[in-house]
Amino acid sequence: MDTGNLLLLVVVMVAVAYYMGRQRSMALARPLGGIRHLHSLPFYYAMRAALWCAIPALVVLGLWLVFDDSFIRTLVIGGLPADQLPASESARGLLLNQINNVASGALPVDSVSPAVAAAAERLGHLRQISTMALAVAVIVVGMLGAAWGWLKISPQLRARQQVERVLQVLFMLCALIAILTTVGILMSVLFESIRFFGKISPVDFLFGLKWSPQIALRADQVASEGFFGAIPLFVGTLLISAIALIVAVPVGLMSAIYLAEYAHPKLRAFAKPALEVLAGVPTVVYGFFAALTVAPFIRNLGESMGLDVASESALAAGLVMGVMIIPFVSSLADDVITAVPQSLRDGSLGLGATQSETIKKVIIPAALPGIMGGILLAASRAIGETMIVVMAAGLSANLTVNPLEAVTTVTVQIVTLLTGDQEFDSAKTLAAFALGLMLFLTTLALNVLALRIVKKYREEYE
Amino acid sequence: MSKTTEQVRQSLAKRYRAEKRFRAFGIASIAFGLLALLLLFTDIIGKGHTAFFEHYIQMEVTFDADTLGIDDATNQDQLNFANYDGVIRNALRERFPQVQSRGQKRELYSLISTGAGYPLRDMLASHPALLGQTRTLWLLADDDVDQYFKADRQGREDSRLTPEQKAWLTSLDDNGQVKKEFNASFFTSGDSREPELAGIWGAVCGSFFTMLVTLLLSFPIGVAAAIYLEEFAPRNRFTDFIEVNINNLAAVPSIIFGLLGLAIFIGLFGMPRSVPLVGGIVLTLMTLPTIIISSRAAIKAVPPSIREAAMGLGASPMQVVLHHVMPLAMPGMLTGAIIGMAQALGETAPLLMIGMVAFIVDVPAGPVDPATVLPVQIYLWADSPEQSFVALTSAAIMVLLAFLIAMNTLAVFLRKRLERRW
Repeated sequence: MDTGNLLLLVVVMVAVAYYMGRQRSMALARPLGGIRHLHSLPFYYAMRAALWCAIPALVVLGLWLVFDDSFIRTLVIGGLPADQLPASESARGLLLNQINNVASGALPVDSVSPAVAAAAERLGHLRQISTMALAVAVIVVGMLGAAWGWLKISPQLRARQQVERVLQVLFMLCALIAILTTVGILMSVLFESIRFFGKISPVDFLFGLKWSPQIALRADQVASEGFFGAIPLFVGTLLISAIALIVAVPVGLMSAIYLAEYAHPKLRAFAKPALEVLAGVPTVVYGFFAALTVAPFIRNLGESMGLDVASESALAAGLVMGVMIIPFVSSLADDVITAVPQSLRDGSLGLGATQSETIKKVIIPAALPGIMGGILLAASRAIGETMIVVMAAGLSANLTVNPLEAVTTVTVQIVTLLTGDQEFDSAKTLAAFALGLMLFLTTLALNVLALRIVKKYREEYE
Repeated sequence: MSKTTEQVRQSLAKRYRAEKRFRAFGIASIAFGLLALLLLFTDIIGKGHTAFFEHYIQMEVTFDADTLGIDDATNQDQLNFANYDGVIRNALRERFPQVQSRGQKRELYSLISTGAGYPLRDMLASHPALLGQTRTLWLLADDDVDQYFKADRQGREDSRLTPEQKAWLTSLDDNGQVKKEFNASFFTSGDSREPELAGIWGAVCGSFFTMLVTLLLSFPIGVAAAIYLEEFAPRNRFTDFIEVNINNLAAVPSIIFGLLGLAIFIGLFGMPRSVPLVGGIVLTLMTLPTIIISSRAAIKAVPPSIREAAMGLGASPMQVVLHHVMPLAMPGMLTGAIIGMAQALGETAPLLMIGMVAFIVDVPAGPVDPATVLPVQIYLWADSPEQSFVALTSAAIMVLLAFLIAMNTLAVFLRKRLERRW
């Protein structure tokens, strides 16, 4: 029985447990003179029985699915004759792959050694046993739980309290997923990064000026060892982000000011959501636009002025990214500008300042922390943006600050290093995780700073 | 008149000019933003609208048993391996008997799509009596031919086709043997290396299963987390820590979630690559903060008087939440969920990390079949060198944007119609 059907069966069992629990509580209530003589409503007795059925069954199912693969693997490897057992971890992985392929029919049985064929047979057999045993275990545990939940029903049972406590714990577990995600992110990038830094020294990585992550196919190959100096990537990322911010900050800020202070309500009602559409367009669409429309346009424009422009110039990617983050700047700036108390405006206007003078000398200084927070969030968005640069920026690392040349970014390299079929622990794939760690730390720092500034600012005027 | 008044008067013109400049700059900024949006949409539509039509060429096709290499049109095996291309080539040679040399023949054959044989197989399968007969059929043109007919005069001159090919096509066109039809296969078939055969149905199905997994996981979890944080969590450092975490996760670059998926779900748990299930889980983690934050706002908006009234009638805190607060906050929560789903539907980068970029022809039938999703399909096509894929990419973008616009409109509608102001 496969997992999907098993889950369906659990759902059916839970429904039955619910129904039986409800019937029993009603039956118990009848001789007493109605359900008002029960401690809780029948719903809670039924729910309690259902939970007793569902939770143990699902826990067994989950644990089994997590551990059965590695358990079967150990058994299969252990069942191999000792002289066939490879010493190193990676060779063992390869052998397991081979056994797997034979078992799934991708490799013909007669193409491998008899020991491997036997192991493949064992593997298939063990898997069969495992799925059977899983189904039996889940059904038995679910039924036992349901029976227990059903038997314990009595008019004095505090079913409501128990069900509510379980629900509350479930709700808390859901909230904990946020922490688990952060921990998961940190673990996944940290562990692989530590392995990477075991191969390449952190100093070389952080301060090296050359990035070319090729791994030699032969020992005597030219440029056989890869270079993992990330400075060109950092510079490229900063260059493109800076171009984006140069576009987005003035445009976003000025549109927010105009919409908040000058615009007719009708214009505001139209223009604000229209600008926010820019943030809703998928980044892959911007990437397509940048690569096929903006980049050739800039290239042609540059050539007509006698400039040499790369076809994947940083300028094209940066410009389009700037358009994308306009709404991030403008909507946060709009929030903080409208939050500035009206009394400040009235005071300034009353002293004879023009509207623009009021904005420049009073409102913007008052809203500055909030605006800075918005800009920092936009910067973090620009640094972490992936698809626009993957499609419109270059692949080769180029240490330059000339916006007309092609540069590459941290995110582009993560994608190119990981989208091929590499083995999991080559320096090349590990480098992607080290870059991911850098990216995560940078954006995390920017976000924490920005959120803190914005929060502090909000407190000031609330 | 005092000296100061005089000074102020003189500076007034300058200050008013500054005021005007400032306003003009503001208008220009808004105009720039709106113009960029307009440019983006017109560019996509301008490039993509042609992909919704494709060209067919009329041929007299003889279902010749010898050329097909079969003797029994009811035998499924024979039908699958029959030489339909040969039949089409015969038809082309009959139409242009003057073509003799080997190179020219090859050029002639390339006018018809390599996928034009499949409809012939289906025809033969449903009408075995056709074997040996001649029919006038419309055959799908190759993408270069399609591009040629769609292009303007300048585009036709620049076409990759040879002068002979162009002459043949002109002759066909003059005889009324070329027609343009709605490209239904774009919506019904999976990916292909041939632009004229490629469609988005596989990617749409992949997106559907991915979104299904995301919705089923993220909505209940997000709502439960929001209820806990708003209604039950004690105010302490631990709760603060959860909140800081959620706010930060909302701003973590999406590609990082892809790294998480690759290292934990695929690397550690051994889940398969390229499947919607894993994609959906990764997107769940990514959209959870959005849903939690908007659900909390919706719960906060329910006035305390409702809670107090319910409590006063003897409801337990959990009953207050489940029976009163949650139903009232539901429209707001749904709005947040739809916006989160729209975000997830347009997301590409994390799915690249977990291998949903593979070239997959088959339409996925469930959440554990290898699949790709619409944005990734757009990325793959945008990378293809063939010119025809530009139009296909733009058309796929139009479909994606249509879905997003529909979802956001629904969210706005829900907010306007169902959300109560207290």
